[in-house]
Amino acid sequence: MVAIIDYGVGNLFSLSSSLKAVGVETVVTGDPDIIKNADKLILPGVGAFGDAAKKLEDSGLKDLIIKLADEGKPLLGICLGMQLLFEKSYEYGEHSGLGLIKGEIVPMVGNIPNGLNIPHIGWNGLVFKKNTPIFKYINNGDHVYFVHSFYADHCSESVTATAEYGVEVTASVQSGNVFGCQFHPEKSGEVGLKILKAFCEIGE
Amino acid sequence: MITKRIIPCLDVKNGRVVKGVNFKDLNDVSCPVELAKYYSDNGADELVFYDITASFEERKLFTDILKRVASGIFIPLTVGGGINTLEDFERVLSCGADKVSVNSGAIKNPSLIEDAAKKYGDQCVVLSADIKRVNGEFHVFAKGGREDTGMEAISWVKRCVEMGAGEVVVNSIDTDGVKKGFDTEMLCAVCDTVSVPVIASGGAGSINDFTKLFNTVPEVSAGLAASIFHFGEVEILDLKNELKKNAINVRL
Repeated sequence: MVAIIDYGVGNLFSLSSSLKAVGVETVVTGDPDIIKNADKLILPGVGAFGDAAKKLEDSGLKDLIIKLADEGKPLLGICLGMQLLFEKSYEYGEHSGLGLIKGEIVPMVGNIPNGLNIPHIGWNGLVFKKNTPIFKYINNGDHVYFVHSFYADHCSESVTATAEYGVEVTASVQSGNVFGCQFHPEKSGEVGLKILKAFCEIGE
Repeated sequence: MITKRIIPCLDVKNGRVVKGVNFKDLNDVSCPVELAKYYSDNGADELVFYDITASFEERKLFTDILKRVASGIFIPLTVGGGINTLEDFERVLSCGADKVSVNSGAIKNPSLIEDAAKKYGDQCVVLSADIKRVNGEFHVFAKGGREDTGMEAISWVKRCVEMGAGEVVVNSIDTDGVKKGFDTEMLCAVCDTVSVPVIASGGAGSINDFTKLFNTVPEVSAGLAASIFHFGEVEILDLKNELKKNAINVRL
């Protein structure tokens, strides 16, 4: 069973519908016992980093997620959920993340060339950098849906794919059993469903 | 590289998709759930649902339909129509919308944009502006294009983006339903002013109109249309193939 971690941030309707569509048993929960017993965890998130980090902390789930990830439970962070996996973010101040992946979250403003729209919204092609099990059913160049104004930087060791948007924007990361997608697989049509399916099959 | 998006728009009234010429004389076209699935399977990059009568009719049917659409379709969904409060945001987001488009609600209460952007993030808040030329000036119209607010449109859009709108749909009332092409002049004026993605709406009558749109105003991120898709005049995959031939980057 896959647990989608509910800590009061974001829209979990699409994510649970898409997992259902690939035939995976899913529970949306903030209950520590259910999370502990899940085979895999998905950490979603939209909105601002600081708010989300605080909500995760207030929910009491932050330390639990770190502990379970350290013990080897597969964890997938999506969008802001991916950003939270990193050490820190500079979105409206400086905030600490879960520190599961080395690197930090920086603004697009000032780091990407002028003339490109911010937020980076839309379908962009994945440029594979490293093999990762979650891409086993998709191809280099496949398009996925992005919506974000900040991105992960100083994390070259863990980058598995980028997307070209003036700079090489970190699109996905992996550090051992911890995975992250900056884009929304649950909004990326067939390609996205294949990524979710592959994540759910890890270790099976 | 980021692709140009093609977005079919489904105006929904009493549970059915409708599209009128110049916002009047609505014709029943099809079932929203079936149409959404068809578009998702056939190249649409995103879908927009407008609950066009939300201000004075029952909304329950609309949210039921939205839930059914969102359970089976895994591309971004934007919902607009009758969004006046944060509770309205919550209502459609909990039924599977990814983005919420505000129009008259923001005109009545501009802080709605700021409050929603703070709560749900800028990416969730789409400003939809119905714009028409009045005595040589761009004016913002409210209530589905029926009421001239007297406000100058470009400064209105700029203000909304500063308050947190993460995307702007520019709907030209002058070209809407006429099918003679997008309002490139109006779109240029908006793109010159804001740095968030701009979606062109109103006037698509042929594949050529989209090619001309992206070539004339390359800053535009997406083209939105309704009737030419609903009536099968243009298939989205044909449109995208033609754009690709013209060196416009699309997802195929």
